[in-house]
Amino acid sequence: MLILAIDTSTSAITVALHDEARVLAQESHLDPRAHTEWVTPLIASCLSAASVTPGDLTAIAVGNGPGPFTGLRVGIVTGLTMGHALGVPVLGICSLDVLAEQSAALTEGELLVATDARRKEVYWARYAVRPGSVQALTSPAVDRPADLPDEVRALPTAGRGPALYPELFAHALPVLDVDAAMLARVAVERTLAGTPMPVEPLYLRRPDALTTAERAAR
Amino acid sequence: MTAEQPLVLGIETSCDETGVGIVRGETLLVDAVASSVDDHARFGGVVPEVASRAHLEEMVPTIERACREAGVTLGDLDAISVTAGPGLAGSLMVGVASAKALALSLGVPLYGVNHLASHVAVDIVEHGPLPEPTMALLVSGGHSSLLLVPDVTSDIRSLGSTIDDAAGEAFDKVARVLGLPFPGGPYIDRAAREGQVVIDFPRGLTTGRDMERHRFDFSFSGLKTAVSRWVQAREAAGEPVPVNDVAASFQEAVVDVLTRKAVLACREQGAQHLQIGGGVAANSRLRAMAQSRCDDAGIELRVPRPGLCTDNGAMVAALGAQMVLKGRDASRLDLPADSSMPVTQISA
Ligand SMILES: Nc1ncnc2c1ncn2[C@@H]1O[C@H](COP(=O)(O)OP(=O)(O)OP(=O)(O)O)[C@@H](O)[C@H]1O
Ligand SMILES: [Mg+2]
Repeated sequence: MLILAIDTSTSAITVALHDEARVLAQESHLDPRAHTEWVTPLIASCLSAASVTPGDLTAIAVGNGPGPFTGLRVGIVTGLTMGHALGVPVLGICSLDVLAEQSAALTEGELLVATDARRKEVYWARYAVRPGSVQALTSPAVDRPADLPDEVRALPTAGRGPALYPELFAHALPVLDVDAAMLARVAVERTLAGTPMPVEPLYLRRPDALTTAERAAR
Repeated sequence: MTAEQPLVLGIETSCDETGVGIVRGETLLVDAVASSVDDHARFGGVVPEVASRAHLEEMVPTIERACREAGVTLGDLDAISVTAGPGLAGSLMVGVASAKALALSLGVPLYGVNHLASHVAVDIVEHGPLPEPTMALLVSGGHSSLLLVPDVTSDIRSLGSTIDDAAGEAFDKVARVLGLPFPGGPYIDRAAREGQVVIDFPRGLTTGRDMERHRFDFSFSGLKTAVSRWVQAREAAGEPVPVNDVAASFQEAVVDVLTRKAVLACREQGAQHLQIGGGVAANSRLRAMAQSRCDDAGIELRVPRPGLCTDNGAMVAALGAQMVLKGRDASRLDLPADSSMPVTQISA
């Protein structure tokens, strides 16, 4: 197994290579507005750092988001196109799950992942951390942070939510952006466990436009 | 690489069409397009986020379909080209990212090219090599430009462009005024065939000082306002609106200005060939009037078939193949999408 993992759902453009035993290479660059520029060069440098060619890959894993749409799509279409060109499967994983896995070593019990959804909202989901496993308790959702129940906002929180809304999240974890090395690990685990991993961009919002009929009704 | 006949796949996602074309040298093998226009019709215009989502869904299936229909495999390709701009940023990024992924996976060069230059280059796969120089009139939903093209891979000069609405935009807005569906161009074209040119609508930037300062520029927003006012006056008087006649008169005004300035530009610049491209080039009256005015002036008119005038991947592949043939530099993998790429910048 040689998996290339790509995530562009957060401010980091992040890619990693995993051979089932370990992470062979990883590259990240922080820039919420330059996913298009960075993702392919980072993949190229990961491949050369690990001395492998695209043809050696056996699967591609992408973060399904949720995340700001434009950047999110860049990672997903990159993965889908590479998968097609190389004839290997493309696996999709919820990016909030990856942030939860990145936080597992830092806390026990329940945790919250809250990332920047722009427009004064956060993408969020709750997780339960047990020894050796991280389980999603809710599906990813998008809301104004103040609309989350107090007890949810009080949980240890990963993602950029606490940095953006410090008065609303009491317990920030030092995990801000997705790390593709963890995405790759999750992809390996789920592949070994036989978990289905459909690629599906998690937008969680409708496109922002009114139909002619809706406009007329206003 | 077979240098004389490079096999190039071109990707176009600047607006609402996901286009993938494959060209071998100067021969078109396939032009696959998936359009999200029906998704936009209920919004009365292109919604960028709707377009971007559709591009993501259609990108790989359209690449697959293009290869299947052309009978080539991705491994046969010598280069990838892609629209780097201008266009809707979010839409462009889907195509640019996909093109880079192909180039990296296949180990072939990437050419990020200008959408407008591609509209000019497409005629190479339709009517053969471009005479140098060619005059190009590009008229689409987003652009109306007169371009002098000494070399489509390295030298495009803008003589003028619209100072307000694009020609296609004017068609779409007037169609809305007349209660016709989106996109309005084809509906106005059809309605006009049943009508008469009976109203003398204004011809923007065609007289006196304007012909000095804006010799090869266009303006269509005054025309659109004149049509709206005319229709409103009719409605206020409780009279029926003669939709076909208004369509014919409006269309005549647009086409008159476009062809008049295009032929003048050819004469003044010594260009013996005029090429019309962009979605509005599908307009039947534009084709007819351009033909007769070019005939009168001894200019050869070239208009690609309508399917190659609207946005498509073939045009991007056609320009990509020219870049390879002329030995132009390939783009780097950090190529950005440039939503406001100037027409004079042919590649990035
Ligand atoms: N027969 C016709 N007569 C007039 N206009 C037409 C006709 N057919 C299509 N159009 C117009 O062409 C435009 C679409 O052309 P095209 O797809 O080239 O442009 P675009 O993608 O909207 O813009 P751009 O290419 O500038 O980004 C629309 O405005 C449409 O109304
Ligand atoms: Mg166009």
